Amino acid sequence: MPWSRDDMARRAAAELKDGHYVSNFIPPGITVQLQSENGMLGMGPFPFEGEEDPDLINAGKQTITELPTTSYFDSAQSFGMIRGGHIDLSILGAMQVAENGDLANWMIPGRMVKGMGGAMDLVAGVKRVVVLMEHTAKNEPKLLHRCTLPLTGAGVVDTVITDLGVFAIDKKAGTMELIELAPDVSLDEITEKTEASFRVRPGLE
Amino acid sequence: MANKIYPDAAAALDGLLHDGMMIMAGGFGLCGIPEKLIGAIRESGFNALTIVSNNAGIDGAGLGLLLESRQIRKMISSYVGENKLFADLYLKGELELEFNPQGTLAERIRAGGAGVPAFFTKTGVGTLVAEGKELREFDGETYVMERGLIADLAIVHAWKGDREGNLVYRKTARNFNPVMATAGKVTVAEIEQLVEPGEIEPDEIHTPGIFVQRIVHYPTYEKRIEQRTVRKRGA
Repeated sequence: MPWSRDDMARRAAAELKDGHYVSNFIPPGITVQLQSENGMLGMGPFPFEGEEDPDLINAGKQTITELPTTSYFDSAQSFGMIRGGHIDLSILGAMQVAENGDLANWMIPGRMVKGMGGAMDLVAGVKRVVVLMEHTAKNEPKLLHRCTLPLTGAGVVDTVITDLGVFAIDKKAGTMELIELAPDVSLDEITEKTEASFRVRPGLE
Repeated sequence: MANKIYPDAAAALDGLLHDGMMIMAGGFGLCGIPEKLIGAIRESGFNALTIVSNNAGIDGAGLGLLLESRQIRKMISSYVGENKLFADLYLKGELELEFNPQGTLAERIRAGGAGVPAFFTKTGVGTLVAEGKELREFDGETYVMERGLIADLAIVHAWKGDREGNLVYRKTARNFNPVMATAGKVTVAEIEQLVEPGEIEPDEIHTPGIFVQRIVHYPTYEKRIEQRTVRKRGA
C-alpha cells in the first residue's frame, strides 16, 4: 500500500535531527527550531481561542504563538539567515522535480501566477532541500528527466519523498537513486510512474 | 528639537505625494501594515503609483484599498495570492507586476537604504528571475546581480516611537518595516504608542530616528487577521 499523507510526513520527519534549524515544516516529537520567513525563529503552536494576536503570524499568515526560545527580526535578516546557509533543512511541495535536482513549484504559464514568495530563496540557500509530493498528478509523472514548468531553482533538491517511495539526488552528478519503497509498492510500479532515470539502491527489490 | 509629529495621516503625507511616484509600504500580509497611511493615500487620490510591498493586501483591506481605487499602476512584490481584484486587474492589463523572490526584495531594499547599488545572490540563478541580468562566478558558484532599491517615500508601521523618530516594532509586525524605513527618500511612520525621548532604552531601538522624517500617532488600529488559527484548550 502506498504511503498516506501522514506516512509521508512521518518519513519527512526522519530527515530532521535534534537541534536543527528548520524552515517550513512542523515535526513531531524532536526538538528543532522552526523558522518563519516573515521574521521569527522558534515558532510556537496555534494560540488558544481568544488569545490570537494580529501582530504574531507565520508565513502562511496564520495566528501562532511564541516560545521561550523565540526571536524576532526583520525580513532582510530573516532571508540573510536563509540565504546565508544557516538553516539546516527546508521541506517544500513541488509540481515537478527533475533527476538533476531542478525544482518547479511556483508557476504555470498562462495562469494567474501568485508569486514565488520565499521559495526561490529557500531552495538556493538552505543546506538541505526535501520535497514532499504526490508521485503523480492526474496519472502523469512529476519526477521527470527535465522540468517543463519554469524553475524555482536549478539543481537544488536533495531528497524527494512521495507516496510511493524516497529518492536521493546527487546534485553534483545530476543523478537520482531510489532509496526506499513504500510498503507493497513494487519496483515495476514506481518505475512505470516515473519519467526520470534513476538507479536502485542495492538490496532494494 | 525638530518636531516630527504630525496631527494625522493626511497631514503627515502633505506635500510628499505625486502621481507616478514609487512608495514602499511595510507589512507581511496584513500584519504590520501602515493602515492609516494607506488610507490617507487613498483619500489623496494620487495615482499611477508604483508600490513596493511584499504582498498586495486583500480585497477591501490594506493595499487592496488602493487597487479598488485604481491608484496603483505597478506592484513590486513576492506574493500576491490573496487578492481576487489583483488577479482581475492584472489579467485585464490594468496593473503591472514585477515579482521578486522575497529575500531578493528584502535585500534590494536593505541595499538601497545602505547606499549599495547592486549585489550578487544565488537566489533565482537558472530561473526566469535571472533572465537579462548579469551573472558572475565567485568561488565556483554562479550568482546573479540584483539592484538596490530606493523609493520616493516609505510608509511604515511601528509599535512605539518617540519625537526623534526612534522606533520599536512588535513581534512579526516588524517584517519589512525597518528595512523600508531606511530606503525611502522620505520615511513616514505611523505608531501605536508615542513616548518621550529616553523612554525607549537606546539598546532596544530597532530603527534609529535618523531614518524617520515624519511620525503620526494613532492609538487604535483595525489589525485584521487573515488566517485565524487556534487550538482547543486540552485536558
